[in-house]
Amino acid sequence: MSNNSAARPDQEGAKLSVRRLAVSRGGTRVLSVDSLDVPARQVAVVIGPNGSGKSTLLGVLQLLIKPDMGELLIDGEPMRDDALATRRRMASVFQEALLLNTTVQKNVVTALGIHKVPKKERGPRAARWLERFGVGHLGSRHAHDLSGGEAQRVSLARAFALEPEVLLLDEPFSALDAPTRAALIDDFAATVSETQVTTVLVTHDRDEALRLANQVVVLIGGRVHQMGSPGDVFGAPADEEVASFVGIENVWPATLVNSESGVARYRLSACSSCELEVATGVAPQRALFAIRPEEITVSAGGAEAQTSARNRLQAVVRQVRPAGAVVRLILEMDGDPPIGVVAAVTRPSLDDLDIDVGSAVTIAFKATAAHVIPHD
Amino acid sequence: MEFLWEGIKEAVNLWIHGDAEIIEITLRTLAISAVATLVALVIGVPAGAFLALKRFRGRSLIVATVNTGMGMPPVVVGLIVAVMLWRSGPLGGLNLIFTPTAMVIAQFIIAVPLVIGFSLASIQSVNPRLLDQIVALGANRVQMLWLMIREARLGLLAALMAGFGAVISEVGASMMVGGNIAGETRVLTTATVLETSRGNVEVALALGFMLLIMAYVVNLVVTSVQQQRRPT
Amino acid sequence: MRSRFLGIVGALAALGLLAACGGADDSELLLATTTSTDNSGLLDELVPIFEQRTGINVKVIAVGTGAALRMAEDGNADALLVHAPDAERALVENGDVFNRQLIAYNDFIVVGPAADPAGIAGERDVEAALSRIEATRSRFVSRGDDSGTHKKERALWQGAGLEPGGDWYEETGQGMGASLTIADQKNAYILSDRGTFLALSGSVDLVVISEGDPQMINLYSVMQVDPEKGRINDGAAAEWVAFLLEPETQDRIELFRREEFGRSLFIPTRGRHEAETIALFASGARLPAAGGG
Repeated sequence: MSNNSAARPDQEGAKLSVRRLAVSRGGTRVLSVDSLDVPARQVAVVIGPNGSGKSTLLGVLQLLIKPDMGELLIDGEPMRDDALATRRRMASVFQEALLLNTTVQKNVVTALGIHKVPKKERGPRAARWLERFGVGHLGSRHAHDLSGGEAQRVSLARAFALEPEVLLLDEPFSALDAPTRAALIDDFAATVSETQVTTVLVTHDRDEALRLANQVVVLIGGRVHQMGSPGDVFGAPADEEVASFVGIENVWPATLVNSESGVARYRLSACSSCELEVATGVAPQRALFAIRPEEITVSAGGAEAQTSARNRLQAVVRQVRPAGAVVRLILEMDGDPPIGVVAAVTRPSLDDLDIDVGSAVTIAFKATAAHVIPHD
Repeated sequence: MEFLWEGIKEAVNLWIHGDAEIIEITLRTLAISAVATLVALVIGVPAGAFLALKRFRGRSLIVATVNTGMGMPPVVVGLIVAVMLWRSGPLGGLNLIFTPTAMVIAQFIIAVPLVIGFSLASIQSVNPRLLDQIVALGANRVQMLWLMIREARLGLLAALMAGFGAVISEVGASMMVGGNIAGETRVLTTATVLETSRGNVEVALALGFMLLIMAYVVNLVVTSVQQQRRPT
Repeated sequence: MRSRFLGIVGALAALGLLAACGGADDSELLLATTTSTDNSGLLDELVPIFEQRTGINVKVIAVGTGAALRMAEDGNADALLVHAPDAERALVENGDVFNRQLIAYNDFIVVGPAADPAGIAGERDVEAALSRIEATRSRFVSRGDDSGTHKKERALWQGAGLEPGGDWYEETGQGMGASLTIADQKNAYILSDRGTFLALSGSVDLVVISEGDPQMINLYSVMQVDPEKGRINDGAAAEWVAFLLEPETQDRIELFRREEFGRSLFIPTRGRHEAETIALFASGARLPAAGGG
């Protein structure tokens, strides 16, 4: 057991723990994680833009990359004490399927062999898991003859067949086309929840995080910006970078006017007459006022909107951009400088509105839909 | 053209009558080259794998040496080995000069750079991410090496064929370290030269055809193994 | 290829192929000789007899004359069987070899195209013949490899006061057989030992142009390498020399391939010394041909 005096109480129960991790490449620090715990049987999804250090973090957990410093613990014990034994408690899946130059069946059986699974068990176990992922019929097919989706299914089957304590995945679905990806993510989610394996999955895709995560870790520029439930991260981004990554596009600098009974009033820096209310417990003096495009209601200019929204502003339509089932409206409010607004409305709503580029509109949103991010 | 035809007829004649000397020479040729190639394989493949996978100081120097060795004239190898093994040479006390063992040594030295070079190239061409996957699965050093070799097996079989082809067909080194002694160190290549210089062109051709056929059969066997395991 | 006997011995040897780690022992004799001597096949006949009788394993290393002499100098052979008397004498003087014994002789001949461009057919005086070749710039092929034959050739040119050179004079750097083939292809004259020419006469169109000059004698001697050089099996070497001098062996030498060619390839010297042998040759005395008793 670790006799590290800095061991913290919430480390107990964590399957994986990272402390004071630092990784540099070519003289530059590419990853710094002060503290990260992955509870047992939970799915932690590490998200971030490309180059944020997510793969490096996973590489460290896979014991493929040696950090400059830091502690890595599994069940409270250092992972590096016996790296080989630790690796054999885990299983990894990469973006490419990375199958051996042999049949599908042999691919899984070989992995089981590396984990020293008894010879007799290997065949049946492999068959079972291949079947589970819908590729059982491809057992005798050569790995290089598979489609991308089939290959990745085999890779996942191989990982699960090892019945690992920890599952580590690096963008496993990124190389697949949309329908293949969707089907596979469903199968994957079901299997994870059934087996209750502790999972760390790295991705740049926000939807995957929403779909799969118990815990989301936002990694930007090599640092953890936020850690929490999907709701926390996507609903209440901790800072501007997280906000912009998770898809909140309306972020306006503002100063506090007053705050009482859980509602704070802010004045936009670019528009002294624009005052908005936000439901929040903490009200920083200087903040970024943030609101999602989907939360903004748009009505034709001047008309009193039938809404209980307490925030109303005037804007002009600058662009109309259809995006699938939704239409994104790029608007502009008067200000110094002019304030950009992105709103998202459904097609039917757009038709009803009968607006076009140059039309004057009123935008409105609830105080509860907005939130503020401290900003110095 | 008549010579060639005479050669073929003589060759068939000799084979049909099972000429003991030709059989003995053929077996010896095969034995010496096979042993030399196998030893080169046992040493060369892991060496090539090591060079492919490990970065260390002086690596490029060693790789350059291997590449030079691949193109080294066999007769030069033979001369150097002979000078070493002569009684007047530093290793004269081993009494290896003019023995089949000396020929195996010389052929080994000729084959091993080829085996290392080809192994190095074919293992380097395996997806490096695959190496990560194998390590992440918990393979120890030996398992990893074994799996990498299996992944690169097409290239490694090519290494085998290159090494064998080089030594079975060479004559200069075999002549110098073996001495072409009847019943002891005479192989197909040196016997061909001898018979030609004696004016027995038909016999020389027969020996030559024997060599071609043997080389072909070996390559056929190895190739069918190699091609068998290709993806369907 | 020649005898079943050789084949059986060879097959047995093949069985013990790699088990034979090559450790030299007292029962091994390293005999350095020239390629033309080996090519005649004489040793293929004599060596097995010697081996069977003494149990000594004879390793015949057939190389160029220069290499054979060098092997003796370096102590890389136990015995020497060559045909380069001047060079041999130098080795004896130097103490590199001893117990030098003349065992046989044959002769050199000048062969060339039947068309005989230099018009020297039948000319017995070899220096005169060579002079005519040089004067007419008829094509001449030389071994150019420092072999016994080449040394003889150079001595003959020198004797004629000539230094051959020019595009009519080509040096092959190769053995007798290969050089004869080249001369044949180029319709050139060439100095050859009679043995090799006889063996190849079926495959070349060259004919005998000049023979019988006393200088054309080709003397074969056997000698032992000085044991002081280290690791020399002088016991086996002494036995080999004695064997070659035996009357029985000398008979065999005389009969060797005589049926095939109608004359002896090698004429045994039967204990005669060099001067006596040369005189015998110069007098044109010939031993009876096959069938003549």
